[in-house]
Amino acid sequence: MHSEFVIFLFLALATIGGAGGVALSRNIFWSAMGLLSCLVGVGGLYVLLSADFVAITQVLVYIGGVLVLIIFAVMLTSQIQDINVSNRSMGLVGGCVIFLIVATMLSFVAIWAPWKLTDKAPVVDTTVAIGNGLLGTWLLPFEIVSVVLLATLIGAIVIARKEVKSDD
Amino acid sequence: MANLTLNHFLVIGALLFGFGLLAVVTRRNAVAVLMGIELILNAANLNLVAFGRYVAGGISGQVFGLFVIVLAAAEAAVGLAIILTIYQMLRNIDTSRTTTLKQ
Repeated sequence: MHSEFVIFLFLALATIGGAGGVALSRNIFWSAMGLLSCLVGVGGLYVLLSADFVAITQVLVYIGGVLVLIIFAVMLTSQIQDINVSNRSMGLVGGCVIFLIVATMLSFVAIWAPWKLTDKAPVVDTTVAIGNGLLGTWLLPFEIVSVVLLATLIGAIVIARKEVKSDD
Repeated sequence: MANLTLNHFLVIGALLFGFGLLAVVTRRNAVAVLMGIELILNAANLNLVAFGRYVAGGISGQVFGLFVIVLAAAEAAVGLAIILTIYQMLRNIDTSRTTTLKQ
């Protein structure tokens, strides 16, 4: 149990540190690296929650897909540094006030709310259960999500194509 | 203290959400704003899986988490395509300067 808690602390540090890097680093590339640390940490937390399939999906989709896409965008837009900005400190102060209010309020609610905890043991073989669920109970959302992905594909192509045409 | 409970994960989720909100509110770079949105979605996802583990039981929370991951990927793809198009047109992705939708 104790080693589990140590691992949790480590993952929490990676997650929160990475998130802080995303929010506070002025260099957009270091923000992307912070996002990497944060996503890996969240994936580890999923493992601690005995959600192994979600953890693998997190690594595959977020780190292998979304993060690479974001780094591509960072490289292509070539605005590595946040320059300019006359009133940044004011914005940062206001943002930190919002952060403190939201984070403390949510933590307060999370700690003091009387959650009705279950005593069921976690599902061990989650891949089988999730596969059965996706083709049984959650068949309709599964199909809708596939339609959404198709729409995303077509939408991204349309956006990218229009920009090429306007160049001609 | 050494036992993991629901509260630990909820506090992590709350901090993650706060940092995501901070990034969305303060950053001027559109890609960084998109990163903040990813943080917020991750916070929600962590809460879903944690509630599924400690409150609901079963796998419903994890299935919801999977759907959220898929939608986040779709959102990132379309959002980055839009940002790249804006950059091609205006040579700038500063959110306080890109105030027009077409040239």
